[in-house]
Amino acid sequence: MTTLTTPEAVCDFVRAHTHVVPRGRGTKPLLIDVMPGATELDLSALRGVLEYDPGEFTFTALAGTPVAEVEALLGQQGQYLPFDPPLAKRGATLGGTVAAGLSGPGRYRYGGVRDFILGVRWVDGRGQLVHGGGKVVKNAAGFDFPKLLVGSLGQLGPIVELTFKVFPRPRAYATYLIEAPTLPIALDVQRRLTAAPLDLEALDLAPGPRGVQVQVRLGGLAESLPARLERLRGLMGEGLVRHGAEDTALWESVREFVWVPAEATLVKVPLTPARIAALEAALEQTSAVRRYSAGGQVAWLSWPHAVDVLDHTLEQLGLSGLAILGPSAPGMPGGLIGVRRSRHAFASRVKAALDPALRFPEV
Amino acid sequence: MSARAFLNDLAAIFPKGRLLTDPSQLAAYESDALTAYRTTPRAVVLPQTVDEVVAAVRACHTHQVPFVARGSGTSLSGGSLPVAEGLVIGLNRLNRILRLDPAERLAVVEPGVINLAVTQAAAPHGLYYAPDPSSQLICTIGGNVAFNSGGAHCLKYGMTSNHVLGIKAVLPDGEVVQLGGESLESVGPDWHGLFVGNEGLFGVAVEVTLRLLPKPESFRTVLAAYRSMQQAGDAVAAVVASGLLPGAMEIMDRLALQAAEAAVHANYPAGAAAVLIVELDGEAQAVEAEFQHLRRLIERTGAYEVRVPTTEAERQTIWKGRRSAFSAVGRLSPDYIVQDGVVPRSKLGQALAEIDALSARHGIRVANVFHAGDGNLHPLILFDGRQPGAHDRAESLAAEIMRLCIRLGGSITGEHGVGMEKRTYMPDLFSPVDLDVMWQLRCVVDDLQIANRGKMFPGGEAPALGHSGPHPLERAGIISRE
Ligand SMILES: Cc1cc2nc3c(=O)[nH]c(=O)nc-3n(C[C@H](O)[C@H](O)[C@H](O)COP(=O)(O)OP(=O)(O)OC[C@H]3O[C@@H](n4cnc5c(N)ncnc54)[C@H](O)[C@@H]3O)c2cc1C
Repeated sequence: MTTLTTPEAVCDFVRAHTHVVPRGRGTKPLLIDVMPGATELDLSALRGVLEYDPGEFTFTALAGTPVAEVEALLGQQGQYLPFDPPLAKRGATLGGTVAAGLSGPGRYRYGGVRDFILGVRWVDGRGQLVHGGGKVVKNAAGFDFPKLLVGSLGQLGPIVELTFKVFPRPRAYATYLIEAPTLPIALDVQRRLTAAPLDLEALDLAPGPRGVQVQVRLGGLAESLPARLERLRGLMGEGLVRHGAEDTALWESVREFVWVPAEATLVKVPLTPARIAALEAALEQTSAVRRYSAGGQVAWLSWPHAVDVLDHTLEQLGLSGLAILGPSAPGMPGGLIGVRRSRHAFASRVKAALDPALRFPEV
Repeated sequence: MSARAFLNDLAAIFPKGRLLTDPSQLAAYESDALTAYRTTPRAVVLPQTVDEVVAAVRACHTHQVPFVARGSGTSLSGGSLPVAEGLVIGLNRLNRILRLDPAERLAVVEPGVINLAVTQAAAPHGLYYAPDPSSQLICTIGGNVAFNSGGAHCLKYGMTSNHVLGIKAVLPDGEVVQLGGESLESVGPDWHGLFVGNEGLFGVAVEVTLRLLPKPESFRTVLAAYRSMQQAGDAVAAVVASGLLPGAMEIMDRLALQAAEAAVHANYPAGAAAVLIVELDGEAQAVEAEFQHLRRLIERTGAYEVRVPTTEAERQTIWKGRRSAFSAVGRLSPDYIVQDGVVPRSKLGQALAEIDALSARHGIRVANVFHAGDGNLHPLILFDGRQPGAHDRAESLAAEIMRLCIRLGGSITGEHGVGMEKRTYMPDLFSPVDLDVMWQLRCVVDDLQIANRGKMFPGGEAPALGHSGPHPLERAGIISRE
């Protein structure tokens, strides 16, 4: 494995090797698939915030910069990345977050990593440093390469620098929890909440042995929270309120995936609320731990069995998945399982244009 | 390749009324809202089904004829300008909302659906489609997707691409692909994210899945009048630093105010050098608490008059003045060019001062209306097209403003796209390598470069220059520019 500290060195490295597999801190090991003959390229030393002007709501940093470092810096100015980049405490980097295309529970409020990325510099299959997007919050010039690299899993080349939009962080938070006795009841509560003109920071469903917990997070000025919680009580029924450290701890455990045991595989499954019931029915009999996040737009599964079984289940349900953490899963390049949605002519053409010699992984 | 064979193939696909070749019929398609450019296409087809779009694109590919997809032709950058001898694929008849699912909060629409029609269809469910270009009465979702169109609420809500979940597209050789899906989340590269903003160069979007949002329950608006533009700019900085996130933050300068006043009698404070409008939107109780902070903050920004509308009608009057500003400028001058540039928000004051200086040096009046929240400037350069050379002089001032935006670290377009108009500035924003990679991608997606040939990349075919002026619909007062 080679560690590099400048974008130019990354270019040289890419040009000098026929098969290159980029990696950050390795917090999402199942996404790193080093085939025989390939060389791993460690980008975790390519770090540091290059520009940050709180008045612009933007920052630019090298891709290996840890998310936690950026969050600390933003926090000093009362700002944040609203999509709660996952695994920050374990050392996740900005580049790894983009390449994996992962957003945490906070994506419910203002959008996910794809909605906050503004600009990118990366090294393409010809070993060239390419830049796309810009450094201002609004820009419509040129093809949207920043978005393309979200979820690219290293297959379009190593990302070396990123510019993000940031927002002011809510001054205070509170969380409201109710126990819905059955899934249909929980889904109904979720439907009412997503249809209502409420500004929720997060909206998750956590199925458990006694029913489904509906978890709703509010953020804003402290003085507005009591009335807003009262309103949630009216909409959702009797429940519990979590404030301060309890609220912080709850959502941190969600985004850090501390609820996923080391021997299980963490799998992301994009879906919509209407598809939750079928997935629940398929998984109920297994000992998988499930969490439905962002108003039912993504399922996070802690899968205790062999991944190929889940691969098959998802395929039958018409769903795609991404295996992120856990025991290695042979035969699932880049962690992709279930329906493969990237097998179309547009994908193969983009790959052919940006990585003609297939220097980077094909997934 | 023969023109006759191509037309014969089209005639086998389209009935007479939907295959236009007569010069009098083609005239309506010669240009878009950037009327300085005009080109007559060889033919126009008006498909009513996806299969017809596919067949038309295939025919173009077979005969190596360039095509331009067209929605309502409101592009302000020449994006839907036809290619000489090429085909225009008019998509206005593909205008069905195929599915509206309030529980899933999404709509699946054909590309010719008008932007506002989505919101109208969603309204009974308390939902709306957030991107709101001021042409929303007339522009299409297909055009919005091609240009990643914006509006006044981009800082908080994002542009078109932040609201598109999936796209079915016909690639330039007729191959049909489904990009994205119905979820806000995905695995693998963000293919639909790349497709949005392609300016018609990747083919034709034939079905678009849009996300819908609950309509904000409450809006609280404040208008502040300042004796100097600097004060208004400082007020924006103060709002940003306060931790509030307004849904809209707009500034108009003296000339724009005069025009708006004359047009709609918005009753803005007299004598202002700049007026700032800030609006908070969202959950009632949250907005109410935040608005108290906003008011106190605005009181301290040196405004000589602060107004808070207390009724919805008063609020609408404020916005009516703002929305009418562009078309109202038409009263001050027979012609104008609307520019679309972006600067870092902290450089807004500097940018406006330099635009003022340029305006004075060129002896050309410039009115400024802008989305202050995201640094998106829309200088309106006034001229009289009847005077020889006036248009060229206005253009050269516009070019200097573009270079200013680039120099200050911004962009050449916030929302109107590159199209024909801004191709020459692309090398100022992107390196030769960046442009070459975009070009390589273009050539692999479209092996014959037939989709919207000549746009976006510098050095495309030169179009015929014709006369200039506002969009016909704008002249008729149906739409206004933002
Ligand atoms: C008065 C006025 C006000 C405006 N205000 C705003 C504003 O506030 N914000 C903003 O962002 N823009 C604004 N615009 C610009 C314009 O309305 C937008 O760019 C709009 O998205 C264009 O939509 P259209 O249907 O008219 O597209 P057209 O002008 O017909 O086409 C625009 C581009 O899209 C391509 N295209 C169209 N349909 C498809 C399709 N189905 N598949 C692939 N490519 C396609 C065309 O080839 C062309 O390149 C304004 C324009 C006017 C005239």
